[in-house]
Amino acid sequence: MRFIVYLTAGLVGGILGGMGMGGGTVLIPILTMFCGVEQKLAQSVNLFSFLPMAILSLKVHASNKLLQPRGTQWMIPPAVLFSVIGGIFVPALPKNGLRIAFGIFLCALSVFQLRTGLKSVLAQKNAGKKEKSAKEGM
Amino acid sequence: MKNIKEKFLLVSAGTVTGVLNGIFGGGGGMVVVPFLSSILSKPARVAHATAILVILPVSLASAIVYLVNGYFAAELFTAVSVGVLFGGFTGAVLLNGFSDGWATIVFSLVMFAAGLRMIF
Repeated sequence: MRFIVYLTAGLVGGILGGMGMGGGTVLIPILTMFCGVEQKLAQSVNLFSFLPMAILSLKVHASNKLLQPRGTQWMIPPAVLFSVIGGIFVPALPKNGLRIAFGIFLCALSVFQLRTGLKSVLAQKNAGKKEKSAKEGM
Repeated sequence: MKNIKEKFLLVSAGTVTGVLNGIFGGGGGMVVVPFLSSILSKPARVAHATAILVILPVSLASAIVYLVNGYFAAELFTAVSVGVLFGGFTGAVLLNGFSDGWATIVFSLVMFAAGLRMIF
């Protein structure tokens, strides 16, 4: 039974992630709020379960020629280094503090997501009005 | 000169992404997308795809640290991974990695509510 609950949580997180709506950031609150999984464990599951899906999506994106690694060689090494350092600190972090910080992170990301959504809705509207030049809007 | 500034920005962006992804165990991909589109002016679709390329080694590295720290449960990990793999495939087929504006807006509001719930 528990297996089914966890599987469903993964399905929901995966579908949203596949739709480009931040799978990991959703999967963690789903697991903590609805499945009673401790947050640090939920974070670990999220990192772990992301790997096979990421490899699969990279294959698809590569065949669609959507990968442009230029410049990323400057981002990846510091990102890897600091994610390891960040991860080392996790066991020492107070549970309540981490939960609140995650909530703030989630709110901040959602504001950005809202902006992206509004932009795309506006772009669709503008595309409808051909007489408007694209650069006039903003 | 522009080149040095760009490299500095990229290293800073990588640092921020790494810290967040390590401490929160995720979310790094969503942080990388705007960096790729603003610093490297990559088009939206390319930014989304390339973000996975950036975040995969980062997540692998932090996943190893989490596992070493003992955050592991076999049943949970198996069930969620299978779910995410099938769900991710379904979501990608449904929308080809790109969500409709309204769906994104609704989703962002749900995410904001979840965030508030975690804060309070």
